[in-house]
Amino acid sequence: MSWAIRTEGLGKSFTLHLQGGTRIPVLEGVELEVAPGECVALAGPSGAGKSTLMRCLYGNYGVGAGRILIRHAGAEIDLVTADARLVREVRRETLGHVSQFLRVIPRVPTLDIVAEPLMARGLDREAARARAAELLARLNLPARLHGLPPATFSGGEQQRVNLARGFAPFYPVLLLDEPTASLDAANRAVVVGLIQAAKAAGTAIIGIFHDTEVRDQVADRLFEVQPMPAAA
Amino acid sequence: MTALGYNFGYLDENTKRMIRRALLKAVAIPGHQVPFGAREMPLPYGWGTGGIAVTASVIGTGDRLKVIDQGADDTTNAVSIRRFFAKVAGVATTESTAEATIIQTRHRIPETRLREGQILVYQVPMPEPLFRLEPRVAETRRMHALADYGLMHVKLYEDIARHGHVAISYNYPVLVGGRYLMSPSPIPAFDNPKMDRMPALQLFGAGREKRIYAVPPYTSVRSLDFEDHPFQPVRADAPCALCGSRESYLDEVLTDDQGGRMFVCSDTDYCNTRQTHREAAE
Amino acid sequence: MSALLEAHGLNLRFGAVPALEDVSIEVHPGEVVAIVGESGSGKTTLLRVLSGMMRPDSGEVRYRDPDGAVHVIHAMGEAALRQLHRTDWGFVHQNPRDGLRMRVSAGGNIGERLMATGARHYGRIRTEATEWLRRVEIDPERIDGMPALFSGGMQQRLQIARTLVTRPRLVFMDEPTGGLDVSVQARLLDLIRALVADLGIAVVIVTHDIAAARLLAHRLLVMRRGQVVEQGLTDRVLDDPQHEYTQLLVASVLAA
Repeated sequence: MSWAIRTEGLGKSFTLHLQGGTRIPVLEGVELEVAPGECVALAGPSGAGKSTLMRCLYGNYGVGAGRILIRHAGAEIDLVTADARLVREVRRETLGHVSQFLRVIPRVPTLDIVAEPLMARGLDREAARARAAELLARLNLPARLHGLPPATFSGGEQQRVNLARGFAPFYPVLLLDEPTASLDAANRAVVVGLIQAAKAAGTAIIGIFHDTEVRDQVADRLFEVQPMPAAA
Repeated sequence: MTALGYNFGYLDENTKRMIRRALLKAVAIPGHQVPFGAREMPLPYGWGTGGIAVTASVIGTGDRLKVIDQGADDTTNAVSIRRFFAKVAGVATTESTAEATIIQTRHRIPETRLREGQILVYQVPMPEPLFRLEPRVAETRRMHALADYGLMHVKLYEDIARHGHVAISYNYPVLVGGRYLMSPSPIPAFDNPKMDRMPALQLFGAGREKRIYAVPPYTSVRSLDFEDHPFQPVRADAPCALCGSRESYLDEVLTDDQGGRMFVCSDTDYCNTRQTHREAAE
Repeated sequence: MSALLEAHGLNLRFGAVPALEDVSIEVHPGEVVAIVGESGSGKTTLLRVLSGMMRPDSGEVRYRDPDGAVHVIHAMGEAALRQLHRTDWGFVHQNPRDGLRMRVSAGGNIGERLMATGARHYGRIRTEATEWLRRVEIDPERIDGMPALFSGGMQQRLQIARTLVTRPRLVFMDEPTGGLDVSVQARLLDLIRALVADLGIAVVIVTHDIAAARLLAHRLLVMRRGQVVEQGLTDRVLDDPQHEYTQLLVASVLAA
């Protein structure tokens, strides 16, 4: 098995119907391939489309051209043409995503937010919560916060909840968007440890790391995302 | 002899034929309400016009008619109806349950067990058992068509929740033949068990609402209930002050202005018969 | 057919006005599908057609029962459809008054579907009703209270309990948070989200509230003038809307 996820001729543009149909090309001909256990850091200037590429890979953005192939449950699946139910299944079992910001669900306690993807896979509530608590503890989120909804948490606390949620299940492919942006040195080290452990376990990781120190510790190589010339 | 100028049984033959057709249909679908064209009767609605129309359609020269109101043969309503049929059909009348072939009743079933060949005709003010729960007539018909009777149980549930028991002492809803929800007319719940597998034919006439329904002999009639709150017919806990019966349904009679009262059988024929037997035995 | 519900080529006109134009939809077990669009877009009509309450001019709605048998909804008899609506299906109305019996106690409201499907043990019905009141965060002490005395949010939660008590596999919801205050809406949405996830219920929900759709739905259908103009994974449709109308819809919402 040579790759866990790869793109072929991936292209993405936005058409802004509300601005008179302005078309903004962002990605074109992206050929990215990541092997199990490999960590690839996306590089390129701000606005080059790194975040857009991440969102395309997760299926959060639609793709205009090309394919996104992922190995899921022993088969190659093209996420671009997969129907919504299959994409959900891939997200549940194979493809994890730690976004920069936590989307808070009202009233749901932190522990349940982290346990949710485990329970979606069929783990029973107690086991899922135990695993969630373990990860939150490792990320230095005090136990007294586990029962609270993270709406009132600081940016760094929310990011750690997000990280715990992303690392709690084992995903064969993991997308990390600025995973250490709001963290202090101690917690950055924890995240580096989590990433290295995931790699060792065979997870293919694609990340955006503005923190070059972290990037150098985890990334095996850089993948340059080229800014597109402005549309005519 | 029938009174001059009237057809036998007061109603014309075409009307009787129409009502008999409705009755046949009603017997064929036990508990199902069949519409019929009620005719003007020489009595106002509410005085038993539905029952009279049914009796008029089934009565023959050889019949012997008994009429009771609240169990009594001697109340105004019972006496008037009995006289009416004596006049317009010239049939024999009786106060004896055992001797009667047709018994028209308002609000009671006689205590004496009815037998095959007898017909019990009920006067019914409101034939629709769901009308207080579902005001839309079209919807109640649909509920009957689909045997969708959860709502009736909701009413029983509400009673138990509020009062600890089902607070329906008369007109207690029944399920006929395991299929149709039926109003037994405003008889006391005490009488409901008598309807079950009764050897006599039971016919129900609602004049104002223009509906006929029936329970053929030996048909199952079950009072709705819950497994843990079974149907319980209620009776005043006293013997009849006149005949001493502990089985019959009792009326409470006030005897003075000082709160004096006594309980006596509501079924006058039953009570009289027992008193006569007791005197004979003494 | 692996879907719970499948509709193909639905068309319906009200006089000259097209209410549905060639609409197709599939709903799979445990899947929450939101139908969004502005008033008059045909979303409520679609819900009524899917649930058998309204007949399309053409097209077919098929449903798979728990035994795997497939039924054409508009060819089913009324009795069978009613039976379906009080067992394997549920319908949550926008106005709780349309879905509740206002003169029947909370417990009686919850118990009705149980009794309609043959429950005849008062004690067990009561226990079940108590449990469901707890699940929808209504004080079980109020089991004998009349819904007319409940707040709007409580009434809506009671309607949900009454609908879910028979463990339906598919529930239709028509703007379930429509008439409620914003703070009450959030609580109700979260409750629906948790119950649906816990019980693995499939839901078709009609809403014009994009935030509600994002919170609840796995998949989104955007309707306009009787047509489905865009559909897909909820976050894809909302974060990268393709159709002009969807872009307008998303742009007009504050931080959905």
